[in-house]
Amino acid sequence: MTRRPGTRGRLPVVLVLPALVGLAFLLVPLAGLLVRAPWATLADQLFSPAVGQALSLSLLCASLATVICLVLGVPLAWLLARADLPGRGLLRALVTVPLVLPPVVGGVALLLVLGRRGLVGSHLYSWFGISLPFTTAGVVVAEAFVAMPFLVISVEGALRAADPRFEEAAATLGASRWLAFRRVTLPTILPGVVAGTVLCWARALGEFGATITFAGNFPGKTTTMPLAVYLALETDPDAAIVLSIVLLLVSAVVLASLRDRWVGGAA
Amino acid sequence: MTLHADLQVARGSFALDVALSVAPGEVVALLGPNGAGKTTALRALAGLLPLDGGSVRVDDAVWDEPPKVFLRPERRPVGVVFQDYLLFAHLSAAENVAFGLRARGMDRRPAHAAAVEWLDRVGLAEYARARPRSLSGGQAQRVALARALATAPSLLLLDEPLAALDASTRMLVRTELGRHLGEYTGRTLLVTHDPLDAMVLADRLVIVEGGRVVQEGAPTEVARQPRTEYVAQLVGLNLYRGRGSGTSVALDEGGELVVAAPASGVVYVAFPPSAVSLHSARPEGSPRNTWPVTVVGVEQHAHTVRVRLEGSPGVLADVTTGVVAELRLVPGARLWAAVKATETHTYAG
Repeated sequence: MTRRPGTRGRLPVVLVLPALVGLAFLLVPLAGLLVRAPWATLADQLFSPAVGQALSLSLLCASLATVICLVLGVPLAWLLARADLPGRGLLRALVTVPLVLPPVVGGVALLLVLGRRGLVGSHLYSWFGISLPFTTAGVVVAEAFVAMPFLVISVEGALRAADPRFEEAAATLGASRWLAFRRVTLPTILPGVVAGTVLCWARALGEFGATITFAGNFPGKTTTMPLAVYLALETDPDAAIVLSIVLLLVSAVVLASLRDRWVGGAA
Repeated sequence: MTLHADLQVARGSFALDVALSVAPGEVVALLGPNGAGKTTALRALAGLLPLDGGSVRVDDAVWDEPPKVFLRPERRPVGVVFQDYLLFAHLSAAENVAFGLRARGMDRRPAHAAAVEWLDRVGLAEYARARPRSLSGGQAQRVALARALATAPSLLLLDEPLAALDASTRMLVRTELGRHLGEYTGRTLLVTHDPLDAMVLADRLVIVEGGRVVQEGAPTEVARQPRTEYVAQLVGLNLYRGRGSGTSVALDEGGELVVAAPASGVVYVAFPPSAVSLHSARPEGSPRNTWPVTVVGVEQHAHTVRVRLEGSPGVLADVTTGVVAELRLVPGARLWAAVKATETHTYAG
């Protein structure tokens, strides 16, 4: 049914004006990036070894970090949503701390715990000879630390929205809690898991503060795209713009490809 | 081989204390108003809610006996049909039915074959691949029943199995459910607030109010002699079993009734006491069922008087106090009862 125009009254200026300003505020910087792009030398820059290296390192680390977040974060979300834990509210609040914590602080904290002389890191080093700071593995750890809350919150929300009685139905059919989770709960919350995974991956891909603090800036080893952008800005602004455009493009492609199928599409 | 349960559960100010026993092949209905503790009792039997006291045992096997024994739900040989069925939306009908067999360790192929066979038994063979979302309410109920029965449970628990259906489907599904319960050799506990479901499907009624059993017995027994106000209202219904031919039904307990809808074979005829009118002489005219009756009891209810009458058949009638005075309704009084055919409901047994 089409509504006759004008029947609902005019849109209030008080709302429309700030809305338009807000929209411009979000979009103009992105447009500026495209306007200032060195289109003539774009191809050369794009396929330069430096960009390729940073990009592949970024994709690899963000993906590994996302896998870690999935393996640890989904069970954590289940525990927060379903188990009868004492002090569950406090636990939930603690899990979300990295969301609001300045990433640099997160990096410092990681360094204090996992550094070669850190609480856990000293044992890792003396027992296994493993040292995480300033390595590619360190990048993955830093990204996972910062990105995991996004996944946990998203999955926990989906779990709390899912009717726990389906798990009870599965139990009466002979399914253990693990089987019920795997065969009944997980398929039900899959859209939430996928949405959380995308958010988590995007956050990991853009991670800067914790990475540079914990893993440093070593081209080929720990210099991910955001670090490369920051570095290039001082020496070669054109390269910084190209790197930024690549990051923008990757994010846009991932969001767009998942959006229709999972994120919001079904809901 | 009988299930013996002494269910004691405390939840805040509510306390459930109900003793139940169900023999193999028997269908027991747990009947009561909302909040009486029926679903709590069912959840305790399924193992979804641990007991605070008492026990659940089937023969020598103890399922729950605090504080020592508690068998988790997945370890109990039960089948549950939930009120809104709780079919798994991401699985097909056949996968839903096969779920219990798979969970109990059966391989994929035989489990699928058994599931398809069960769907065939409930008349849904061609819906094996259908998702629950695309099934009608009645079909979903049958899939839920097949899923619960597929694992050959020794205890079948039905939680308001017909409550989610509309009136027309309900009658059909009720009849079919009755047939499947008749074939089932295990113990069945039916939880319902609908006296009609209970009367038609159950061999025995256990009526609970406020977490306690207030009356127990065969449906006809409970209907004849309600012991609390709630039960009287609950069974405020004249219900007869008989054999129909055309619009005439010969009742098992004697007598004959003319009904509105033609019926054949074993049928139930029901009508409310308010549909019965009493007369001092045989009424003439309109197409009515009329038969002589004798007053055996008169009870004052909130706004009406319920009269218990003997005759062929015996019947309950609700009349106004005016009628009581006018007809001198005292025990022993001889009257004529009349019921319009259009006031009767008939359904297959």
